[in-house]
Amino acid sequence: MKKYKEKIMQAVFTLAACISIAAVALICIFLFAGGFPAIKEIGIFKFLFGTVWQPSNGRYGILPMIIGSLYVTAGAVIIGVPIGILTAVFLADFCPKPIYKIVKPAINLLAGIPSVVYGFFGLVVIVPFVRNNFGGRGTSILSASIILGLMILPTIVSISESSLRAVPEHNFEGSLALGATKERSVFRAKLPAAKSGIFAGVVLGIGRAVGETMAVMMVAGNQPVIPGSILDGVRTLTTNIVLEMGYSTDLHREALIATAVVLFVFVLIINLSFSLIKRKSK
Amino acid sequence: MTKANRLSVNRMSLKQKINSYKKHPFSLLALLLVCAAAAVAVLSLVFLVVYILIKGVPYLSPSLFEPEYNSENVSMLPAIINTLIMMVSALILALPAGIGAAIYLSEYARRGNKFVEAVRITAETLSGIPSIVYGLFGSLFFVLKLKMGLSLISGAATLAIMILPLIMRTTEEALLSIPDTYREASFGLGAGKLRTVFRVILPAAVPGILSGIILAIGRIIGESAALLYTAGTYTKIVSSLSDSSRTLAVHMYVLSNEGLYINETYATAVVLLILVILVNALSDLVAKRLTKGKERN
Repeated sequence: MKKYKEKIMQAVFTLAACISIAAVALICIFLFAGGFPAIKEIGIFKFLFGTVWQPSNGRYGILPMIIGSLYVTAGAVIIGVPIGILTAVFLADFCPKPIYKIVKPAINLLAGIPSVVYGFFGLVVIVPFVRNNFGGRGTSILSASIILGLMILPTIVSISESSLRAVPEHNFEGSLALGATKERSVFRAKLPAAKSGIFAGVVLGIGRAVGETMAVMMVAGNQPVIPGSILDGVRTLTTNIVLEMGYSTDLHREALIATAVVLFVFVLIINLSFSLIKRKSK
Repeated sequence: MTKANRLSVNRMSLKQKINSYKKHPFSLLALLLVCAAAAVAVLSLVFLVVYILIKGVPYLSPSLFEPEYNSENVSMLPAIINTLIMMVSALILALPAGIGAAIYLSEYARRGNKFVEAVRITAETLSGIPSIVYGLFGSLFFVLKLKMGLSLISGAATLAIMILPLIMRTTEEALLSIPDTYREASFGLGAGKLRTVFRVILPAAVPGILSGIILAIGRIIGESAALLYTAGTYTKIVSSLSDSSRTLAVHMYVLSNEGLYINETYATAVVLLILVILVNALSDLVAKRLTKGKERN
């Protein structure tokens, strides 16, 4: 009896472990099965490289959204990565303990704030700020980049900080002993040694930026056109789905699912490179 | 030598520091940049939180917490209660699966077999999928395929898959951190594997599992993209799990989108922020307990 119980429970635990495999399989099946017919019907080139998205006229080109996602993510990287890495350096090497106790929880809190709150903050603060100081409507690539840059900060800071801390002290001390200042030692000896960990953090941050939906939707303007400047509105892959999913039918709906497939593939590539970098750094 | 000692041997006086920076202006520049970046990070958080508090707190009127929502009171109480129900249902769905999987990975699986590898890779994949893709999948699978409709349970099931990798990872870490002596002692006293897992290993891992649960709660409270097309936006308190319902984050999104109740939106944001801050404080507390426990061992 006892033996059976052991066997049964082992099977239960194994089954539980299968759930994550099953979930990924189901997600793939449903997305690809839902999206491929549309891609086939529209034609893969027309779908991926078409510049016009007008579902009412049967034109489904998602190039504007792909470019939108790229621009917004690039903007987030330009804003978030330097601040993130420098903040990580501050936390790992320059921060007095009492200040650490304030800054570290603050960064953690930044990670916990819901994306609607970020989006709303962007809408009421960043958008008017951009409109008044740079012109345009305010809902723009620039606003979305600022908000996203802020949102990916905690990811970059925490991963960079832990990889900076993992660098063996003798690298740093050797540099000090050769007469370099502390700053020089940190930037020239420690930072290069932590390079791959920091890079992994940046890649993970990029993954978050590409996948972010609600905050971007609230500040980016959402016009499905290829933007001409950073003050123009933009629509990303994620927002395209959430904006039109509510009322779409038939081919339109399938085209949205196909958009999700494209997004999913992007994110898979990003995650794959993250795990590769992580494995390499070990 | 302790770290404090070592530092005090090499400590420079302020004057020495200033002299050194005079000789190395780039080092000074680097220091300033580093401090400025940290200041920007912290100040933007402070600005966001304080701005929303100042704008929102004056509008936290009792009418916002009436049990029925209508367009006059814009009450968020139904949304808060729905959030709680959503949280509990998602956790009920995700916890057994996540903890079970973690037990398998840390106690039963032989290291390096193909199945374990597959579980890990898929869990990692799940944790990287954007929430809108979960939302889309949930609406295709739970809402349409399984005919569960726009309902709280569809939303909870979607969220459960979303938080599964988080629960798995934190639980597995907690299980792995338990020293093997516990297991050996239990086996030595004649307990079977199952008994060891449930009576010895799991109780010792509770704080770690708890910290995972708290993180998951934080994600559930803040989630909106995954719920919009799975749980819907109905404003009443649910009477059964198959009712459509909006959580607080979705409620806030809808309010902001309608644009008619800007002050109430601020107030809702305040409540969301306070919830998130509480969850964060709680997780810090648990983390502190965890490290303290380890020092004692």
